[in-house]
Amino acid sequence: MTTDPRSVAGKRLEIAERTQILIVGAGPAGIAAARHAHRGGAQVLLVDEHPVPFETMGESVPQIWGGRMGGAVRNRNAMTERMLEARPDLVELFEAGIDIRLGTACWGLFANQPNLGWMPGLVAGLVDEGQGSHLVGFDQAIVASGRRDMGLAFPGWDLPGVLGAGAALMLARLYDALDSRRAVMLGSTPEALLAALDLIDAGVTIAAVVEQAATPAAPEDLVARIRAAGVEIVTGEAPRGVTSDADGVTGLVLRNRTIPCDSVLLGVGAVPMIDLLHAAGARCAFDNDRGGFVPLLGTGGETSLPGIRAAGDCAGIWPAKTADPALAEAEGRLAAGAALAALGLADAPAENAPQPGPAADLGEYRKAWVRASVVEAVAEMPVCQCEEVTAREILEVSPPRYLNAPHLPNLTRSLTQILGEGPPDPDQIKRLTRAGMGPCQGRRCREQIQALLALQEDLSLGVVPLAGYRSPVRPISLAAAAMPEDPAIAAAWDSWFGMPRQWVPFWDVEEHYTVAALATEKEHVSE
Amino acid sequence: MSANNPIPGIDAGDDNRGAPVIVIGGGVTGLSTAFWLAEAGVDVLVLERGITGWEASGRNGGGCSHHHSPLFAEEQRLWPMMDELLGYPTEFRPNRIRIALSPEQFALYGRAVANARKQGFRADDLDAQTVRELVPLAGDNVHAGHYYHFGGHANPHRTVQAYAWALRDRGGRLRQHVTVTGFRRQGDRVTAVETDKGVFGCDHLVIAAGPQTGRLAAMLQVDIPMRAARAEMIVTEPLPLMPLGGIDGNGLYGRQTLRGNLAYGGGPHEWVETEEQPGGPRPSTPLAGSIARRVAELLPKAAHARVIRSWAGIIENTPDGRPVIDRPAPWQNLTVATLSGVGFGLSPASGRALMQLVMRGHCDFADLSSLRLARFDRLEPDWDALQGWLPAAMASA
Ligand SMILES: Cc1cc2nc3c(=O)[nH]c(=O)nc-3n(C[C@H](O)[C@H](O)[C@H](O)COP(=O)(O)OP(=O)(O)OC[C@H]3O[C@@H](n4cnc5c(N)ncnc54)[C@H](O)[C@@H]3O)c2cc1C
Repeated sequence: MTTDPRSVAGKRLEIAERTQILIVGAGPAGIAAARHAHRGGAQVLLVDEHPVPFETMGESVPQIWGGRMGGAVRNRNAMTERMLEARPDLVELFEAGIDIRLGTACWGLFANQPNLGWMPGLVAGLVDEGQGSHLVGFDQAIVASGRRDMGLAFPGWDLPGVLGAGAALMLARLYDALDSRRAVMLGSTPEALLAALDLIDAGVTIAAVVEQAATPAAPEDLVARIRAAGVEIVTGEAPRGVTSDADGVTGLVLRNRTIPCDSVLLGVGAVPMIDLLHAAGARCAFDNDRGGFVPLLGTGGETSLPGIRAAGDCAGIWPAKTADPALAEAEGRLAAGAALAALGLADAPAENAPQPGPAADLGEYRKAWVRASVVEAVAEMPVCQCEEVTAREILEVSPPRYLNAPHLPNLTRSLTQILGEGPPDPDQIKRLTRAGMGPCQGRRCREQIQALLALQEDLSLGVVPLAGYRSPVRPISLAAAAMPEDPAIAAAWDSWFGMPRQWVPFWDVEEHYTVAALATEKEHVSE
Repeated sequence: MSANNPIPGIDAGDDNRGAPVIVIGGGVTGLSTAFWLAEAGVDVLVLERGITGWEASGRNGGGCSHHHSPLFAEEQRLWPMMDELLGYPTEFRPNRIRIALSPEQFALYGRAVANARKQGFRADDLDAQTVRELVPLAGDNVHAGHYYHFGGHANPHRTVQAYAWALRDRGGRLRQHVTVTGFRRQGDRVTAVETDKGVFGCDHLVIAAGPQTGRLAAMLQVDIPMRAARAEMIVTEPLPLMPLGGIDGNGLYGRQTLRGNLAYGGGPHEWVETEEQPGGPRPSTPLAGSIARRVAELLPKAAHARVIRSWAGIIENTPDGRPVIDRPAPWQNLTVATLSGVGFGLSPASGRALMQLVMRGHCDFADLSSLRLARFDRLEPDWDALQGWLPAAMASA
């Protein structure tokens, strides 16, 4: 059997270690999964990217931190200790002997599937600030990567002090390093109001909740709790801008008033963090009742990729789950039970995963916010902060400014005329305008662009495809991304395919090509 | 016969109007061909299964230096004028510095230089010091380099869309989300293209469907031996611009984009099953780490730059890795084109050659004899197994 020497055939991946069950994310779902899997007799590796390196946080990865992480987050040891205080369950798992790695991000999951056949089983890429990247082989993975906040542009949203509602909560609770005393919450979803209540608990003053709609989005009991906490709810308003000083935001400007605050919290959408799963090739679909694009899951939390499961917020977000970690924990246990069963260590779990009830129209709500805040903004601002692309540039599909290209005659054209038929694809927009192409990996603009395109073409939100995620789903330096490598890879390395006749100059090509004739060697095997 | 006359069984709605020339495939090859046809006044329709340039044409390194090809001279002549010709930016930038980190690499890269010089193009040898002066991110490990006063690179996304927009501006049509499923024929003529969105009549058909070209041609009993492979690239966050973006070497192809990102690929590919229809997953793998290692060696002062994305594309390959651009017998009105992994850079020239093949039956600016299908007449039937080009699953079965 001949193998092509320059292909992957016969080349090994250097797998540094193996585990039976890999769990990504040490929140309620991940911790519950780890505990259950460990008790069930499996070898477990639990990784969590927190504490996230300061530099990475500066890029709004994996959350929109908005520059409001206090100086304490630079001290990684202190932050690790702080995390253990905040999550006493983790200490218990450490003590039980589970292999837990904090400050370790999973940047990729790799599984054989159509167009990929050389993975030696399931493989994960991990990176740790000190040690760089390495690969872990696993039998089962449970991704419990949590949630992040939908970004929402308005003039000044790129200043320090505009951060995600969930990010603020994480800084307050997990890091004890939220650099904000007085905040305004944008959005009145149950997730936003629950975050507001928790932040009040953590000592933050919530100056107001601002909602573009005429009435709050959350149910009345939650609204009553917010009011009881003394928080004003301003309806029918969207941010017109901010006031600021050298430290960032000092106030949120509304139509007729300015609310003094040192931070503005983005609470218009809590988004399942599916980056790792989607990049791995797990099938995802828009689900109104689960907070947007989520992986398609079976009863044991299994994705379309055998051996890879999802639990917790990355599998779907709904009010009851936000209010009570027990739901995420139940999902974690169930996924772990199913993983144990797949390993032959237990019977398949009998219970069912918690299910969301029908939710209000999430698409209409997000679109309404994007209309009120982005489309009706009184000044131009970037929607994609990394690449500085405005809403107008996105909708006109303008080439980036550095090209100094003459203005394209796209203003008067519909997106269908510009891009061709079919729902406008955010990935095509990204390729042409660069919106979503920067170091934050589209975390701040992805959902806004989806809503902008849906608004422009009058489509329901879920019809606009997901802008794809690609590994590495966390930015990693070239130096840290380099991993140990099979010497066979280096030995056969070629810039292209290394075909014996590909680069032979045309005046030297024989009339007929046969494999047999390759016995006569020519130069130009590689280029 | 005119395609605008109704053909029995063809839906005469305006959307499903056929065209004198139909091109299958909205990648660079099909779109450039259609652009040149429209430029020549031909009413042309491109049918694309997905969206513009979604496949290899939007996933490649953007390199435009194919010194081995009979289309090289035309490639070099056309690129500097493409922005103006198309009316949209391609981000083309001329010239390239190829860095060798070892004498072996220097010798290897010298062959391209010899080919180009022979065709009247200029290339200079550079010593290590000069390389470092010209390439601020290079390091002490440079052995030597070459400065190509030809070639260069463009932005694949912008280029493929520029063809599509220029085509539209000239009255041509591109239909997306239309999958070709078969053909209608009469004697030695293809009369119409069957798709999931209806039947489109044509006077002439161009198949430029990337890896699917072979499968589609086979429906017309034309045998184009082909196999598909996956290859991967990585890209970093933007860095300050170097004076020249076309920097590669150390076993890598790629460039610094005009935005400042380092975008590079190279290393092992994987032979995969050719999809019935394109559009499946395009997974990248931990090979990103091997590419990252070599980028950091090539440009050590960029070692801190963060990789923010990787991607993969599926590449069409003929047995010798050279394009097929031909009008296969016995068809009177069929043109086929598969570029075999060098299609992006050649696209201005391949499209123009294909336009001429469609309109006149031959190309008047390049000798395309080495790209004829007949070169495979004596090819072993199990050539793919003999070359080790079978996907892993098939090879072990
Ligand atoms: C990682 C990578 C790096 C590369 N680097 C370079 C480089 O630096 N320089 C260079 O010159 N080349 C490079 N290439 C190769 C180059 O990208 C390809 O040769 C070129 O894009 C081929 O273009 P195409 O239009 O012929 O095919 P494709 O881009 O594959 O387009 C074919 C189109 O046909 C459509 N299609 C297929 N079947 C049907 C059907 N039944 N009905 C309707 N539509 C259909 C597909 O959807 C697709 O859009 C690279 C490729 C890759 C993947």
